[in-house]
Amino acid sequence: MATVDPVLRVEGLTLAFGGVKALNGVGFDVRPGSITTVIGPNGAGKTSLFNTISGFYRPLEGSVFFEGRDITRLPAPRRARLGLARSFQNIALFRGMSVLDNIKLGRHCQLKTNIFQSLFYLGAARREEMELRADIEARIIDFLEIDHIRHAPVAALPYGLQKRVEMARALAMQPRVLMLDEPVAGMNREETEDMARFILDVNAEWGVTVLMVEHDMGLVMDLSNHVVVLNFGQVIAQGEPARVQADPEVVRAYLGSGDVSELRARLRGGRARPQVEGGDLPCGGGAAGHAPAGGGRAAAQEGV
Amino acid sequence: MDGLFLLEVTLAGIGGGGLYALAGLAFVMIYKATRVVNLAIGEMLMLGAYAFFAFAAGLQWPIPAAIAAAIVVSGLLGGVVERLAIRPMLGESPISVFMVTVGLGSIMVGLVELIWSADQRRLPEFIPNEPIFLGEAFISSKIFYSFVVAVLLVGVSLAIFRWWRGGVALRATASDQAAAYAMGINVPRVFSLAWMLAAALAAVAGIAVGAIGGISSSMGVFGLSVLVVVIVGGLDSVLGALLAGLLIGVLEAWAGAYLGGEYKLLVTFLVLVGVLMLRPYGLFGTPEIERL
Repeated sequence: MATVDPVLRVEGLTLAFGGVKALNGVGFDVRPGSITTVIGPNGAGKTSLFNTISGFYRPLEGSVFFEGRDITRLPAPRRARLGLARSFQNIALFRGMSVLDNIKLGRHCQLKTNIFQSLFYLGAARREEMELRADIEARIIDFLEIDHIRHAPVAALPYGLQKRVEMARALAMQPRVLMLDEPVAGMNREETEDMARFILDVNAEWGVTVLMVEHDMGLVMDLSNHVVVLNFGQVIAQGEPARVQADPEVVRAYLGSGDVSELRARLRGGRARPQVEGGDLPCGGGAAGHAPAGGGRAAAQEGV
Repeated sequence: MDGLFLLEVTLAGIGGGGLYALAGLAFVMIYKATRVVNLAIGEMLMLGAYAFFAFAAGLQWPIPAAIAAAIVVSGLLGGVVERLAIRPMLGESPISVFMVTVGLGSIMVGLVELIWSADQRRLPEFIPNEPIFLGEAFISSKIFYSFVVAVLLVGVSLAIFRWWRGGVALRATASDQAAAYAMGINVPRVFSLAWMLAAALAAVAGIAVGAIGGISSSMGVFGLSVLVVVIVGGLDSVLGALLAGLLIGVLEAWAGAYLGGEYKLLVTFLVLVGVLMLRPYGLFGTPEIERL
Protein backbone atom coordinates (compact mmCIF):
# COMPACT_ATOMS: atom_id res chain seq x y z
CA MET A 1 0.00 0.00 0.00
CA ALA A 2 1.46 3.35 -1.01
CA THR A 3 1.99 5.75 1.82
CA VAL A 4 -0.46 8.60 1.50
CA ASP A 5 -0.51 11.59 3.82
CA PRO A 6 -3.17 10.80 6.42
CA VAL A 7 -6.21 13.09 6.44
CA LEU A 8 -6.37 12.67 10.18
CA ARG A 9 -3.52 11.70 12.44
CA VAL A 10 -3.72 11.08 16.17
CA GLU A 11 -0.43 11.06 18.04
CA GLY A 12 0.26 10.00 21.61
CA LEU A 13 -3.16 11.14 22.76
CA THR A 14 -3.57 10.98 26.53
CA LEU A 15 -6.73 12.08 28.29
CA ALA A 16 -7.37 11.86 32.00
CA PHE A 17 -10.47 12.33 34.12
CA GLY A 18 -9.08 12.90 37.59
CA GLY A 19 -6.70 10.01 38.08
CA VAL A 20 -8.32 7.78 35.49
CA LYS A 21 -6.63 7.70 32.13
CA ALA A 22 -9.37 7.39 29.56
CA LEU A 23 -6.81 7.50 26.75
CA ASN A 24 -3.19 6.58 27.11
CA GLY A 25 -0.84 7.36 24.26
CA VAL A 26 -3.33 6.61 21.50
CA GLY A 27 -1.96 7.01 18.00
CA PHE A 28 -3.17 6.05 14.54
CA ASP A 29 -3.61 7.43 11.04
CA VAL A 30 -6.77 7.77 8.99
CA ARG A 31 -5.98 7.51 5.31
CA PRO A 32 -7.97 9.74 2.96
CA GLY A 33 -10.84 7.92 1.38
CA SER A 34 -10.73 5.09 3.87
CA ILE A 35 -13.30 3.72 6.26
CA THR A 36 -11.48 3.45 9.53
CA THR A 37 -13.20 1.90 12.51
CA VAL A 38 -12.35 2.08 16.18
CA ILE A 39 -13.51 -0.94 18.15
CA GLY A 40 -12.99 -2.06 21.72
CA PRO A 41 -14.91 -3.32 24.73
CA ASN A 42 -17.20 -0.99 26.66
CA GLY A 43 -15.26 1.67 28.52
CA ALA A 44 -12.22 1.27 26.30
CA GLY A 45 -12.23 4.99 25.54
CA LYS A 46 -13.75 5.01 22.07
CA THR A 47 -16.17 7.84 22.65
CA SER A 48 -13.55 9.75 24.66
CA LEU A 49 -11.29 9.43 21.64
CA PHE A 50 -14.06 10.78 19.40
CA ASN A 51 -14.73 13.66 21.75
CA THR A 52 -11.05 14.54 21.82
CA ILE A 53 -10.73 14.43 18.05
CA SER A 54 -13.77 16.63 17.56
CA GLY A 55 -12.61 19.07 20.22
CA PHE A 56 -15.02 18.44 23.10
CA TYR A 57 -12.21 17.29 25.40
CA ARG A 58 -8.74 18.73 25.73
CA PRO A 59 -6.07 16.03 25.81
CA LEU A 60 -3.44 16.01 28.53
CA GLU A 61 -0.79 15.12 26.01
CA GLY A 62 -0.55 14.33 22.35
CA SER A 63 -1.79 15.93 19.17
CA VAL A 64 -4.47 15.69 16.54
CA PHE A 65 -3.53 16.59 12.98
CA PHE A 66 -6.12 17.31 10.32
CA GLU A 67 -4.81 17.45 6.78
CA GLY A 68 -1.34 18.03 8.12
CA ARG A 69 -2.40 20.86 10.42
CA ASP A 70 -2.16 20.63 14.19
CA ILE A 71 -5.71 21.19 15.46
CA THR A 72 -5.15 20.06 19.06
CA ARG A 73 -5.80 23.53 20.47
CA LEU A 74 -8.62 24.43 18.10
CA PRO A 75 -12.12 24.71 19.63
CA ALA A 76 -14.78 22.32 18.37
CA PRO A 77 -16.70 24.78 16.15
CA ARG A 78 -13.51 25.67 14.26
CA ARG A 79 -12.81 22.00 13.66
CA ALA A 80 -16.33 21.54 12.38
CA ARG A 81 -15.79 24.35 9.92
CA LEU A 82 -12.57 22.73 8.69
CA GLY A 83 -14.62 19.72 7.64
CA LEU A 84 -14.72 17.42 10.63
CA ALA A 85 -18.36 16.39 11.05
CA ARG A 86 -19.66 13.94 13.61
CA SER A 87 -22.72 12.14 14.85
CA PHE A 88 -23.37 11.18 18.43
CA GLN A 89 -23.81 7.89 20.19
CA ASN A 90 -26.98 9.13 21.83
CA ILE A 91 -28.81 10.95 19.12
CA ALA A 92 -28.22 14.69 19.42
CA LEU A 93 -30.75 16.21 17.07
CA PHE A 94 -32.37 19.57 17.62
CA ARG A 95 -35.67 18.38 19.00
CA GLY A 96 -38.60 20.63 18.29
CA MET A 97 -37.28 21.40 14.82
CA SER A 98 -38.21 19.68 11.61
CA VAL A 99 -36.00 17.25 9.72
CA LEU A 100 -35.24 19.86 7.09
CA ASP A 101 -34.35 22.51 9.67
CA ASN A 102 -32.03 20.07 11.39
CA ILE A 103 -30.26 19.26 8.17
CA LYS A 104 -30.04 22.92 7.17
CA LEU A 105 -28.35 23.69 10.47
CA GLY A 106 -25.50 21.50 9.29
CA ARG A 107 -24.72 24.11 6.69
CA HIS A 108 -25.37 26.93 9.13
CA CYS A 109 -21.80 27.94 9.82
CA GLN A 110 -20.98 28.29 6.13
CA LEU A 111 -23.74 30.79 5.40
CA LYS A 112 -22.69 34.39 5.13
CA THR A 113 -25.70 36.68 5.08
CA ASN A 114 -26.12 39.29 7.81
CA ILE A 115 -29.02 40.01 10.11
CA PHE A 116 -30.83 42.54 7.93
CA GLN A 117 -30.58 40.44 4.82
CA SER A 118 -31.97 37.44 6.62
CA LEU A 119 -34.73 39.28 8.46
CA PHE A 120 -36.06 40.89 5.34
CA TYR A 121 -35.11 37.95 3.17
CA LEU A 122 -33.17 40.19 0.81
CA GLY A 123 -31.35 39.15 -2.34
CA ALA A 124 -28.30 37.42 -1.02
CA ALA A 125 -30.14 35.68 1.79
CA ARG A 126 -32.82 34.46 -0.56
CA ARG A 127 -30.30 33.20 -3.10
CA GLU A 128 -28.25 31.49 -0.43
CA GLU A 129 -31.31 29.85 1.08
CA MET A 130 -32.47 28.65 -2.33
CA GLU A 131 -29.09 27.19 -3.21
CA LEU A 132 -28.81 25.55 0.18
CA ARG A 133 -32.22 24.02 -0.13
CA ALA A 134 -31.68 22.77 -3.64
CA ASP A 135 -28.39 21.21 -2.69
CA ILE A 136 -29.77 19.57 0.40
CA GLU A 137 -32.87 18.31 -1.36
CA ALA A 138 -31.05 16.91 -4.33
CA ARG A 139 -28.03 15.43 -2.69
CA ILE A 140 -28.69 14.62 0.90
CA ILE A 141 -32.40 14.03 1.32
CA ASP A 142 -32.81 11.93 -1.81
CA PHE A 143 -29.59 10.12 -1.15
CA LEU A 144 -30.53 9.10 2.38
CA GLU A 145 -34.11 8.33 1.36
CA ILE A 146 -35.71 10.62 3.92
CA ASP A 147 -37.78 12.52 1.40
CA HIS A 148 -41.08 11.47 2.96
CA ILE A 149 -40.26 12.85 6.41
CA ARG A 150 -38.60 16.13 5.56
CA HIS A 151 -41.19 18.25 7.33
CA ALA A 152 -41.77 15.91 10.24
CA PRO A 153 -40.59 17.01 13.69
CA VAL A 154 -37.52 14.92 14.49
CA ALA A 155 -38.69 14.02 17.97
CA ALA A 156 -41.56 11.98 16.54
CA LEU A 157 -39.41 9.80 14.28
CA PRO A 158 -38.42 6.23 15.00
CA TYR A 159 -34.90 5.65 16.19
CA GLY A 160 -33.43 4.37 12.95
CA LEU A 161 -34.68 7.37 11.01
CA GLN A 162 -33.37 9.77 13.65
CA LYS A 163 -29.93 8.24 13.20
CA ARG A 164 -30.28 8.77 9.50
CA VAL A 165 -31.29 12.40 9.94
CA GLU A 166 -28.29 12.90 12.15
CA MET A 167 -26.09 11.54 9.41
CA ALA A 168 -27.82 13.80 6.89
CA ARG A 169 -27.09 16.79 9.08
CA ALA A 170 -23.44 15.80 9.32
CA LEU A 171 -23.30 15.41 5.55
CA ALA A 172 -24.80 18.88 5.09
CA MET A 173 -21.64 20.20 6.70
CA GLN A 174 -19.79 19.03 3.58
CA PRO A 175 -17.27 17.18 5.69
CA ARG A 176 -13.86 15.89 4.64
CA VAL A 177 -14.01 13.40 7.46
CA LEU A 178 -17.30 12.02 8.75
CA MET A 179 -17.12 10.69 12.28
CA LEU A 180 -19.92 8.29 13.19
CA ASP A 181 -20.30 7.21 16.80
CA GLU A 182 -22.07 3.85 16.70
CA PRO A 183 -24.11 4.49 13.57
CA VAL A 184 -26.12 1.26 13.84
CA ALA A 185 -26.38 0.84 17.61
CA GLY A 186 -29.84 -0.39 18.55
CA MET A 187 -30.94 -0.84 14.96
CA ASN A 188 -32.69 -3.87 13.59
CA ARG A 189 -31.17 -5.85 10.78
CA GLU A 190 -32.89 -3.99 7.97
CA GLU A 191 -31.98 -0.58 9.36
CA THR A 192 -28.42 -1.76 9.86
CA GLU A 193 -28.15 -2.87 6.27
CA ASP A 194 -29.55 0.45 5.03
CA MET A 195 -27.07 2.36 7.12
CA ALA A 196 -24.19 0.18 5.93
CA ARG A 197 -25.16 0.95 2.36
CA PHE A 198 -25.27 4.69 3.06
CA ILE A 199 -21.86 4.63 4.69
CA LEU A 200 -20.35 2.75 1.77
CA ASP A 201 -21.95 5.12 -0.75
CA VAL A 202 -20.87 8.26 1.08
CA ASN A 203 -17.39 6.87 1.12
CA ALA A 204 -17.28 5.62 -2.45
CA GLU A 205 -19.38 8.20 -4.30
CA TRP A 206 -18.70 11.34 -2.32
CA GLY A 207 -15.14 10.49 -1.42
CA VAL A 208 -15.77 11.30 2.23
CA THR A 209 -13.37 9.66 4.64
CA VAL A 210 -15.24 7.82 7.37
CA LEU A 211 -14.02 7.31 10.91
CA MET A 212 -16.47 5.35 13.03
CA VAL A 213 -16.92 3.65 16.34
CA GLU A 214 -19.02 0.54 16.11
CA HIS A 215 -19.81 -2.59 18.07
CA ASP A 216 -21.51 -4.55 15.33
CA MET A 217 -18.58 -6.72 14.25
CA GLY A 218 -20.32 -7.83 11.10
CA LEU A 219 -20.61 -4.24 9.96
CA VAL A 220 -17.08 -3.42 11.06
CA MET A 221 -15.52 -6.30 9.20
CA ASP A 222 -17.73 -5.66 6.22
CA LEU A 223 -17.02 -1.97 5.73
CA SER A 224 -13.67 -1.10 7.20
CA ASN A 225 -10.35 -0.80 5.44
CA HIS A 226 -8.58 -0.24 8.70
CA VAL A 227 -9.50 -1.25 12.22
CA VAL A 228 -8.07 0.24 15.41
CA VAL A 229 -8.65 -1.71 18.62
CA LEU A 230 -8.75 0.17 21.90
CA ASN A 231 -8.64 -1.41 25.33
CA PHE A 232 -8.28 0.48 28.60
CA GLY A 233 -7.38 3.61 26.64
CA GLN A 234 -4.60 2.03 24.65
CA VAL A 235 -4.31 0.83 21.08
CA ILE A 236 -3.73 -2.89 21.36
CA ALA A 237 -3.90 -3.70 17.67
CA GLN A 238 -4.57 -2.07 14.34
CA GLY A 239 -4.50 -3.03 10.72
CA GLU A 240 -6.64 -4.78 8.17
CA PRO A 241 -9.85 -6.20 9.62
CA ALA A 242 -8.96 -9.82 9.00
CA ARG A 243 -5.59 -9.48 10.68
CA VAL A 244 -7.00 -7.60 13.66
CA GLN A 245 -9.67 -10.21 14.04
CA ALA A 246 -7.07 -12.92 14.37
CA ASP A 247 -4.89 -11.03 16.82
CA PRO A 248 -4.67 -12.95 20.11
CA GLU A 249 -4.40 -9.68 22.02
CA VAL A 250 -7.76 -8.59 20.63
CA VAL A 251 -9.40 -11.89 21.42
CA ARG A 252 -8.15 -11.59 24.97
CA ALA A 253 -9.48 -8.05 25.31
CA TYR A 254 -12.94 -9.15 24.33
CA LEU A 255 -13.13 -12.52 25.97
CA GLY A 256 -10.98 -11.98 29.02
CA SER A 257 -7.66 -13.52 29.82
CA GLY A 258 -7.26 -17.26 29.94
CA ASP A 259 -5.93 -19.76 27.57
CA VAL A 260 -6.45 -18.06 24.26
CA SER A 261 -5.94 -21.07 22.12
CA GLU A 262 -8.44 -22.98 24.16
CA LEU A 263 -10.97 -20.20 23.82
CA ARG A 264 -10.34 -20.10 20.15
CA ALA A 265 -10.85 -23.79 19.85
CA ARG A 266 -14.04 -23.56 21.82
CA LEU A 267 -15.32 -20.77 19.60
CA ARG A 268 -14.50 -22.71 16.51
CA GLY A 269 -16.14 -25.82 17.85
CA GLY A 270 -19.06 -24.21 19.59
CA ARG A 271 -20.31 -22.30 16.58
CA ALA A 272 -20.29 -24.51 13.56
CA ARG A 273 -19.30 -22.03 10.91
CA PRO A 274 -16.93 -23.76 8.59
CA GLN A 275 -17.16 -21.06 5.95
CA VAL A 276 -15.44 -18.50 8.17
CA GLU A 277 -11.74 -18.76 7.78
CA GLY A 278 -10.09 -18.45 11.18
CA GLY A 279 -13.49 -18.00 12.74
CA ASP A 280 -12.18 -16.61 15.99
CA LEU A 281 -14.44 -13.62 16.06
CA PRO A 282 -13.35 -11.09 18.60
CA CYS A 283 -16.91 -10.45 19.52
CA GLY A 284 -18.98 -12.65 21.72
CA GLY A 285 -22.69 -13.12 21.46
CA GLY A 286 -25.20 -11.39 19.27
CA ALA A 287 -23.18 -9.68 16.61
CA ALA A 288 -21.39 -12.88 15.72
CA GLY A 289 -24.24 -14.18 13.65
CA HIS A 290 -23.93 -11.21 11.38
CA ALA A 291 -20.21 -11.53 10.83
CA PRO A 292 -19.48 -14.27 8.31
CA ALA A 293 -20.49 -12.34 5.25
CA GLY A 294 -18.08 -9.67 6.33
CA GLY A 295 -14.61 -11.01 6.53
CA GLY A 296 -14.35 -12.01 2.95
CA ARG A 297 -15.60 -8.78 1.53
CA ALA A 298 -13.53 -6.54 3.70
CA ALA A 299 -10.47 -8.49 2.71
CA ALA A 300 -11.41 -8.11 -0.91
CA GLN A 301 -11.80 -4.37 -0.49
CA GLU A 302 -8.50 -4.14 1.23
CA GLY A 303 -6.83 -5.66 -1.78
CA VAL A 304 -8.02 -2.89 -4.08
CA MET B 1 -68.68 47.69 39.06
CA ASP B 2 -70.08 47.76 35.59
CA GLY B 3 -68.93 46.11 32.40
CA LEU B 4 -67.08 49.18 31.20
CA PHE B 5 -65.04 49.33 34.38
CA LEU B 6 -64.18 45.65 34.05
CA LEU B 7 -63.16 46.25 30.46
CA GLU B 8 -60.95 49.18 31.40
CA VAL B 9 -59.31 47.26 34.21
CA THR B 10 -58.75 44.29 31.92
CA LEU B 11 -57.23 46.47 29.22
CA ALA B 12 -54.90 48.06 31.75
CA GLY B 13 -53.99 44.57 32.90
CA ILE B 14 -53.21 43.44 29.40
CA GLY B 15 -51.14 46.58 28.91
CA GLY B 16 -49.13 45.94 32.05
CA GLY B 17 -48.95 42.26 31.12
CA GLY B 18 -47.19 43.23 27.91
CA LEU B 19 -44.25 44.44 29.99
CA TYR B 20 -44.28 41.21 32.00
CA ALA B 21 -44.24 39.31 28.73
CA LEU B 22 -41.30 41.35 27.46
CA ALA B 23 -39.29 40.88 30.65
CA GLY B 24 -40.34 37.23 30.71
CA LEU B 25 -39.03 36.81 27.18
CA ALA B 26 -35.68 38.22 28.29
CA PHE B 27 -35.60 35.73 31.14
CA VAL B 28 -36.54 32.77 28.96
CA MET B 29 -33.96 33.73 26.35
CA ILE B 30 -31.20 33.46 28.92
CA TYR B 31 -32.62 30.30 30.41
CA LYS B 32 -33.04 28.53 27.11
CA ALA B 33 -29.62 29.38 25.76
CA THR B 34 -27.53 29.05 28.90
CA ARG B 35 -29.72 27.15 31.40
CA VAL B 36 -29.15 29.91 33.92
CA VAL B 37 -32.05 30.90 36.16
CA ASN B 38 -31.37 34.61 36.24
CA LEU B 39 -32.70 36.10 39.44
CA ALA B 40 -31.23 39.48 38.55
CA ILE B 41 -33.77 40.03 35.78
CA GLY B 42 -35.56 42.75 37.79
CA GLU B 43 -32.27 44.51 38.49
CA MET B 44 -31.40 44.35 34.79
CA LEU B 45 -34.64 46.20 34.14
CA MET B 46 -33.70 48.73 36.77
CA LEU B 47 -30.23 49.25 35.31
CA GLY B 48 -31.72 49.89 31.89
CA ALA B 49 -34.10 52.47 33.34
CA TYR B 50 -31.27 54.22 35.19
CA ALA B 51 -29.10 54.21 32.08
CA PHE B 52 -31.92 55.97 30.27
CA PHE B 53 -32.27 58.37 33.21
CA ALA B 54 -28.55 59.15 33.03
CA PHE B 55 -28.63 59.90 29.33
CA ALA B 56 -31.96 61.74 29.23
CA ALA B 57 -31.93 63.67 32.52
CA GLY B 58 -28.22 63.71 33.33
CA LEU B 59 -26.69 64.38 29.92
CA GLN B 60 -29.85 66.00 28.54
CA TRP B 61 -29.74 63.94 25.38
CA PRO B 62 -32.83 63.92 23.17
CA ILE B 63 -35.20 61.14 24.19
CA PRO B 64 -34.76 58.82 21.17
CA ALA B 65 -30.97 59.05 21.46
CA ALA B 66 -31.18 58.41 25.19
CA ILE B 67 -33.36 55.34 24.65
CA ALA B 68 -31.01 53.97 22.01
CA ALA B 69 -27.99 54.64 24.19
CA ALA B 70 -29.62 52.99 27.20
CA ILE B 71 -30.41 49.89 25.13
CA VAL B 72 -26.87 49.69 23.75
CA VAL B 73 -25.22 50.26 27.13
CA SER B 74 -27.47 47.68 28.78
CA GLY B 75 -26.78 45.17 26.03
CA LEU B 76 -23.03 45.62 26.40
CA LEU B 77 -23.38 45.35 30.16
CA GLY B 78 -25.27 42.10 29.69
CA GLY B 79 -22.36 40.80 27.64
CA VAL B 80 -19.86 41.90 30.29
CA VAL B 81 -21.87 40.23 33.06
CA GLU B 82 -22.02 37.00 31.07
CA ARG B 83 -18.32 37.05 30.35
CA LEU B 84 -17.15 37.95 33.86
CA ALA B 85 -19.69 36.35 36.17
CA ILE B 86 -21.54 33.62 34.30
CA ARG B 87 -19.03 32.06 31.92
CA PRO B 88 -16.54 31.19 34.68
CA MET B 89 -19.38 29.28 36.34
CA LEU B 90 -19.81 27.02 33.33
CA GLY B 91 -20.13 23.45 34.50
CA GLU B 92 -20.85 24.40 38.11
CA SER B 93 -24.07 23.25 39.71
CA PRO B 94 -27.20 25.18 38.67
CA ILE B 95 -27.69 26.26 42.28
CA SER B 96 -24.28 27.95 42.36
CA VAL B 97 -24.97 29.86 39.17
CA PHE B 98 -28.38 30.79 40.53
CA MET B 99 -26.70 32.21 43.65
CA VAL B 100 -24.30 34.16 41.47
CA THR B 101 -27.25 35.88 39.82
CA VAL B 102 -28.67 36.70 43.26
CA GLY B 103 -25.34 38.35 44.06
CA LEU B 104 -25.36 40.14 40.73
CA GLY B 105 -28.74 41.62 41.61
CA SER B 106 -27.39 42.97 44.91
CA ILE B 107 -24.36 44.44 43.20
CA MET B 108 -26.55 46.23 40.67
CA VAL B 109 -28.77 47.64 43.42
CA GLY B 110 -25.66 48.78 45.31
CA LEU B 111 -24.23 50.38 42.21
CA VAL B 112 -27.41 52.31 41.53
CA GLU B 113 -27.65 53.49 45.16
CA LEU B 114 -24.00 54.59 45.10
CA ILE B 115 -24.48 56.68 41.99
CA TRP B 116 -28.05 57.91 42.25
CA SER B 117 -28.92 57.24 45.95
CA ALA B 118 -31.95 55.22 47.01
CA ASP B 119 -34.41 58.02 46.38
CA GLN B 120 -37.24 57.57 43.96
CA ARG B 121 -36.84 59.55 40.74
CA ARG B 122 -39.09 60.49 37.91
CA LEU B 123 -38.09 59.87 34.33
CA PRO B 124 -38.46 62.80 31.94
CA GLU B 125 -41.91 62.77 30.40
CA PHE B 126 -41.71 61.52 26.86
CA ILE B 127 -44.86 59.52 26.26
CA PRO B 128 -47.76 61.54 24.82
CA ASN B 129 -50.14 62.24 27.65
CA GLU B 130 -53.59 62.50 26.06
CA PRO B 131 -55.72 59.52 27.13
CA ILE B 132 -56.52 56.82 24.65
CA PHE B 133 -60.06 55.54 24.14
CA LEU B 134 -60.83 52.17 22.69
CA GLY B 135 -64.52 52.58 22.01
CA GLU B 136 -65.74 53.88 25.34
CA ALA B 137 -63.00 52.32 27.41
CA PHE B 138 -60.27 54.58 28.68
CA ILE B 139 -56.64 53.47 28.79
CA SER B 140 -53.76 55.41 30.22
CA SER B 141 -51.55 56.44 27.33
CA LYS B 142 -48.37 55.29 29.04
CA ILE B 143 -49.70 51.79 29.46
CA PHE B 144 -51.03 51.78 25.93
CA TYR B 145 -47.76 52.84 24.34
CA SER B 146 -45.68 50.50 26.51
CA PHE B 147 -47.91 47.69 25.38
CA VAL B 148 -47.44 48.63 21.73
CA VAL B 149 -43.67 48.75 22.20
CA ALA B 150 -43.71 45.42 24.02
CA VAL B 151 -45.69 43.79 21.22
CA LEU B 152 -43.34 45.21 18.59
CA LEU B 153 -40.25 44.04 20.42
CA VAL B 154 -41.66 40.58 21.05
CA GLY B 155 -42.42 40.40 17.32
CA VAL B 156 -38.89 41.47 16.39
CA SER B 157 -37.42 38.95 18.83
CA LEU B 158 -39.48 36.14 17.39
CA ALA B 159 -38.44 37.14 13.87
CA ILE B 160 -34.83 37.10 14.99
CA PHE B 161 -35.20 33.62 16.44
CA ARG B 162 -36.82 32.41 13.27
CA TRP B 163 -34.77 33.97 10.51
CA TRP B 164 -31.51 35.47 11.63
CA ARG B 165 -28.60 33.07 11.68
CA GLY B 166 -27.65 34.19 15.18
CA GLY B 167 -31.21 33.48 16.29
CA VAL B 168 -31.13 30.06 14.69
CA ALA B 169 -27.81 29.41 16.43
CA LEU B 170 -29.52 30.44 19.66
CA ARG B 171 -32.36 27.99 19.13
CA ALA B 172 -29.96 25.23 18.20
CA THR B 173 -27.86 25.86 21.28
CA ALA B 174 -30.98 25.88 23.44
CA SER B 175 -32.03 22.57 21.95
CA ASP B 176 -28.75 20.66 22.15
CA GLN B 177 -25.50 22.28 23.17
CA ALA B 178 -23.18 19.46 22.14
CA ALA B 179 -24.80 19.12 18.75
CA ALA B 180 -24.65 22.88 18.19
CA TYR B 181 -20.98 22.78 19.08
CA ALA B 182 -20.37 19.99 16.60
CA MET B 183 -22.23 21.94 13.90
CA GLY B 184 -19.62 24.67 14.10
CA ILE B 185 -21.76 27.01 16.18
CA ASN B 186 -19.65 29.07 18.54
CA VAL B 187 -21.58 28.26 21.72
CA PRO B 188 -19.79 30.71 24.06
CA ARG B 189 -20.59 33.49 21.62
CA VAL B 190 -24.22 32.39 21.61
CA PHE B 191 -24.17 32.69 25.42
CA SER B 192 -22.93 36.27 25.12
CA LEU B 193 -25.50 37.00 22.47
CA ALA B 194 -28.34 35.67 24.63
CA TRP B 195 -27.30 37.80 27.60
CA MET B 196 -26.87 40.89 25.45
CA LEU B 197 -30.23 40.53 23.73
CA ALA B 198 -31.95 39.79 27.04
CA ALA B 199 -30.34 42.77 28.73
CA ALA B 200 -31.42 45.02 25.86
CA LEU B 201 -35.01 43.74 26.07
CA ALA B 202 -34.96 44.17 29.84
CA ALA B 203 -33.74 47.74 29.40
CA VAL B 204 -36.72 48.60 27.21
CA ALA B 205 -39.09 47.01 29.73
CA GLY B 206 -37.30 48.92 32.48
CA ILE B 207 -37.66 52.25 30.71
CA ALA B 208 -41.38 51.59 30.20
CA VAL B 209 -41.92 50.52 33.81
CA GLY B 210 -39.98 53.58 34.96
CA ALA B 211 -41.99 55.88 32.73
CA ILE B 212 -45.22 54.55 34.25
CA GLY B 213 -44.26 54.38 37.90
CA GLY B 214 -40.95 56.20 38.35
CA ILE B 215 -37.60 54.61 39.10
CA SER B 216 -35.91 53.67 42.35
CA SER B 217 -33.28 51.26 43.52
CA SER B 218 -36.04 48.91 44.67
CA MET B 219 -37.82 48.66 41.33
CA GLY B 220 -36.11 45.28 40.87
CA VAL B 221 -39.09 43.93 42.83
CA PHE B 222 -40.78 43.91 39.43
CA GLY B 223 -38.51 40.94 38.80
CA LEU B 224 -40.46 38.93 41.40
CA SER B 225 -43.59 39.13 39.28
CA VAL B 226 -41.51 38.31 36.20
CA LEU B 227 -40.28 35.22 38.00
CA VAL B 228 -43.85 34.20 38.68
CA VAL B 229 -44.65 34.78 35.02
CA VAL B 230 -41.87 32.56 33.72
CA ILE B 231 -42.51 29.81 36.24
CA VAL B 232 -46.21 29.81 35.42
CA GLY B 233 -45.45 29.84 31.70
CA GLY B 234 -42.74 27.21 31.94
CA LEU B 235 -39.11 28.28 32.27
CA ASP B 236 -38.13 27.22 28.79
CA SER B 237 -41.19 28.30 26.84
CA VAL B 238 -41.29 31.57 24.93
CA LEU B 239 -45.00 31.17 24.22
CA GLY B 240 -45.55 30.38 27.90
CA ALA B 241 -43.78 33.54 29.02
CA LEU B 242 -45.83 35.69 26.64
CA LEU B 243 -49.21 34.23 27.61
CA ALA B 244 -48.41 34.01 31.31
CA GLY B 245 -47.24 37.63 31.16
CA LEU B 246 -50.65 38.74 29.93
CA LEU B 247 -52.44 36.42 32.35
CA ILE B 248 -50.57 37.67 35.40
CA GLY B 249 -50.99 41.25 34.21
CA VAL B 250 -54.75 40.87 33.99
CA LEU B 251 -55.03 39.00 37.30
CA GLU B 252 -53.01 41.70 39.06
CA ALA B 253 -55.19 44.40 37.57
CA TRP B 254 -58.38 42.63 38.63
CA ALA B 255 -57.07 42.03 42.13
CA GLY B 256 -55.94 45.64 42.39
CA ALA B 257 -59.28 47.00 41.22
CA TYR B 258 -61.68 44.71 43.08
CA LEU B 259 -59.75 43.67 46.17
CA GLY B 260 -57.32 46.54 46.64
CA GLY B 261 -53.67 47.09 45.70
CA GLU B 262 -52.31 45.05 48.61
CA TYR B 263 -53.89 41.91 47.17
CA LYS B 264 -52.02 42.09 43.86
CA LEU B 265 -48.98 40.09 44.91
CA LEU B 266 -51.12 37.75 47.01
CA VAL B 267 -53.15 36.76 43.98
CA THR B 268 -50.04 36.44 41.80
CA PHE B 269 -48.36 34.10 44.21
CA LEU B 270 -51.52 32.10 44.82
CA VAL B 271 -51.55 31.44 41.09
CA LEU B 272 -47.91 30.45 41.31
CA VAL B 273 -48.60 27.98 44.10
CA GLY B 274 -51.55 26.57 42.20
CA VAL B 275 -49.59 26.08 39.00
CA LEU B 276 -46.67 24.55 40.84
CA MET B 277 -48.98 22.03 42.46
CA LEU B 278 -50.84 21.09 39.29
CA ARG B 279 -48.17 21.52 36.61
CA PRO B 280 -44.75 21.84 38.24
CA TYR B 281 -43.08 22.48 34.90
CA GLY B 282 -45.38 25.38 34.05
CA LEU B 283 -48.22 25.69 31.58
CA PHE B 284 -46.07 25.25 28.48
CA GLY B 285 -42.75 24.10 29.87
CA THR B 286 -40.97 20.87 29.05
CA PRO B 287 -41.70 18.25 31.70
CA GLU B 288 -38.58 17.32 33.63
CA ILE B 289 -36.39 20.08 32.30
CA GLU B 290 -33.78 19.69 35.00
CA ARG B 291 -32.51 16.17 35.50
CA LEU B 292 -30.69 16.29 38.78
